[in-house]
Amino acid sequence: MSEPILELRGINKSFGPVHVLHDIDFTVRAGEVTALVGDNGAGKSTMVKSIAGIHPIDSGEVLFEGQPVTIHSPREAADYGIEVVYQDLALCENLDIVQNMFLGRERGKYGLLDEADMEQAARKTLASLSVRTVKSVRTPVASLSGGQRQTVAIAKSVLWDSKVVLLDEPTAALGVAQTRQVLDLVRRLAEQGLGVVLISHNMNDVFEVSDRIACLYLGRMAAQLPTKDVTHGQVVELITAGRSGDLGIARPESATI
Amino acid sequence: MPEEQSMTDTPTGEKAPDSGAISDFGIDTTSKSAGEALREYVAKVRGGDFGSLPALLGLLVLVIFFGTQSETFLTLGNISNLLAQGAGIVIIAMGLVFVLLLGEIDLSAGTASGVAASVMALHLVKDGNMLSAFGDGVFYITCGFMLIAAVLSALLRIWPGVVLPVIGLVILLLGVPPNAWIEMLLALCIGTSIGSLTGYLVAKVGIPSFVVTLALFLAWGGVTLKYIGQGGTLPIRNDKVLFNVANGNLDTTGSWVLFLLAAGGYTAVVLNRHFSRLRRGLVAQPTPLVLIKVGTVILLGAVATVLLTQNRAVNPNVIILGVPYVVPIVLVLLTVGTFVLDRTGYGRHIYAVGGNAEAARRAGINVPKIRMSVFVIASSVAALGAIVYSSKIGSVSPSSGAGNTLLFAVGAAVIGGTSLFGGKGRLRDAVIGGAVIAIIENGLGLLKQEAAVVSIVTGLVLLLAASVDALSRRRSAAS
Ligand SMILES: Nc1ncnc2c1ncn2[C@@H]1O[C@H](COP(=O)(O)OP(=O)(O)O)[C@@H](O)[C@H]1O
Ligand SMILES: [Mg+2]
Repeated sequence: MSEPILELRGINKSFGPVHVLHDIDFTVRAGEVTALVGDNGAGKSTMVKSIAGIHPIDSGEVLFEGQPVTIHSPREAADYGIEVVYQDLALCENLDIVQNMFLGRERGKYGLLDEADMEQAARKTLASLSVRTVKSVRTPVASLSGGQRQTVAIAKSVLWDSKVVLLDEPTAALGVAQTRQVLDLVRRLAEQGLGVVLISHNMNDVFEVSDRIACLYLGRMAAQLPTKDVTHGQVVELITAGRSGDLGIARPESATI
Repeated sequence: MPEEQSMTDTPTGEKAPDSGAISDFGIDTTSKSAGEALREYVAKVRGGDFGSLPALLGLLVLVIFFGTQSETFLTLGNISNLLAQGAGIVIIAMGLVFVLLLGEIDLSAGTASGVAASVMALHLVKDGNMLSAFGDGVFYITCGFMLIAAVLSALLRIWPGVVLPVIGLVILLLGVPPNAWIEMLLALCIGTSIGSLTGYLVAKVGIPSFVVTLALFLAWGGVTLKYIGQGGTLPIRNDKVLFNVANGNLDTTGSWVLFLLAAGGYTAVVLNRHFSRLRRGLVAQPTPLVLIKVGTVILLGAVATVLLTQNRAVNPNVIILGVPYVVPIVLVLLTVGTFVLDRTGYGRHIYAVGGNAEAARRAGINVPKIRMSVFVIASSVAALGAIVYSSKIGSVSPSSGAGNTLLFAVGAAVIGGTSLFGGKGRLRDAVIGGAVIAIIENGLGLLKQEAAVVSIVTGLVLLLAASVDALSRRRSAAS
């Protein structure tokens, strides 16, 4: 059993009057893929953004490698080695692939850019992800397809010495072959000892790659279990009703956003 | 910085770091043929990325039109006059490109430049005693304003925005005696102070730049009037240095030295970059195309230098020759600015914020700081433009920087191909667009057209350029 690398304890998050996350407990273990599932609007993306320092949390504790931390900005998250692939991809369309992959962390000395170095590194990373559909790493993101953009976003997150990678629905816009590549990649990241969080609606994918499944129901953590201990049916029930047999929230009908 | 990316279990990993890359991005590593590059360019233009192509075509049409309609237009005297006339607008436009790149606007750049010009002229005319030039109240308010500007810049750690206002403050408080270089520095400091205020209001207070700068457009016009007084005119043509900025020329030797420095520097930079990319197996233009480009620039530069070192005086008793000082001034600003935008992390972040501010924020970029800094740049550069246009006119009046100044500068940037939607544009756009505007003004003047016609035509050209911009955006969104 591997160590928890990232832990959330009792996280609450509201947007004005809307209470989106309720007392969330969540554990990411190094070397494991944790699938985060839940219906649309359950709060998965909000949870990821709270971890990444995009949204400040209202209360609760975040532990990274056992130490309590407060992450105020994406930069701080990156400094801890936490990388996020956002559902709304967050790429600059006017910049090319290399420029996007190194955005905010450009290589070079004295504020000057080392384009050659960045271009080679970007190309190497993309090649290692077996990306063949992109003709040139100098293509502006504006002229890439949805799937290609997704690949760039993922490549961006593995370019760094990351310890935790959070992927928010990375396969939603992909074709069969590219989904395959992303799932393989997810597994490989975990095998290298990273803590991986995969948000997905596809139960087959979830059961194929994950070691654990965490299920959000209306902003509450309904259950977090080893994948081998649950069935498809139970997970679907947890997603839709917040409860399945003796798993899940005690009284889901009283749960409100 | 992690040198090795985390995926090392692929065969492409260590032994032959580039072999995998080459097969996967073939077009990246093999040098493109000229034909391929041309096709790519055509595809780019068809896809809506016109760049400065429309402006260059417009420039050509205008030169042919005025060249055939007016006998004076293509004379050497008029061409050098044209350079001096256009330089002020071009410089202000270059500063505005930074603001436009963020999808913001600075409507106050014109009147802000007027404030800088009036302080510069007052310092000269009133022997450096600004206390008596302004009167007590205005003097202390001005000093207080510069102090506040420095503090605002310090809050966001924009250090040039702190240093320059403080220098300006020291010049004012010490009553430094008049000296053209001090006056120009003071103008720059005033511009920086103004930019700090604008930038802070937009980036930190969060008022839309349109509103902030519309308000400040009015306010700075008033300040210039207050400084100079109704109907006043401050002559600066008696100071040799200030007058020569836009009216003086390099001597023949100087002109050729400039040519050697500029053409040589350009050639060295372009070729060095090109061949080092080829060596490292990176995306590169076809070598013949690069050579043609460099050759054209050298040729044009040489022809211009030959022509401008001819005597162009109409009066047979005097000799006027040499490349006007405004040429190296604009070239230096263009080079420095382009370098900042293309080669530094700061420049990259400007494009990123203009392209997608939220993505930039998530990438850890300090978006408010970038946003404030571009206004500091725009106003500072506008002050430099003010030095040039004041020098050209030879005096500063309450209407300096008012009227069409700003619209022409925004027009220059947009006509050149800078997008009003942000994220797209280059400094040379401002130069090309500025040339279009200067030629329209100059050419219509030679054809004895009244000011009304000049305004109408320039307005229509700007509208046309903005339509091209919107069209290009729609096209690239559709593709
Ligand atoms: N920036 C925001 N401001 C206000 N409400 C938000 C914001 N982001 C998300 N929400 C709300 O939070 C809830 C959870 O959204 P989200 O985290 O995107 O769900 P999921 O990713 O699980 O589909 C939704 O009700 C959504 O409307
Ligand atoms: Mg979501």
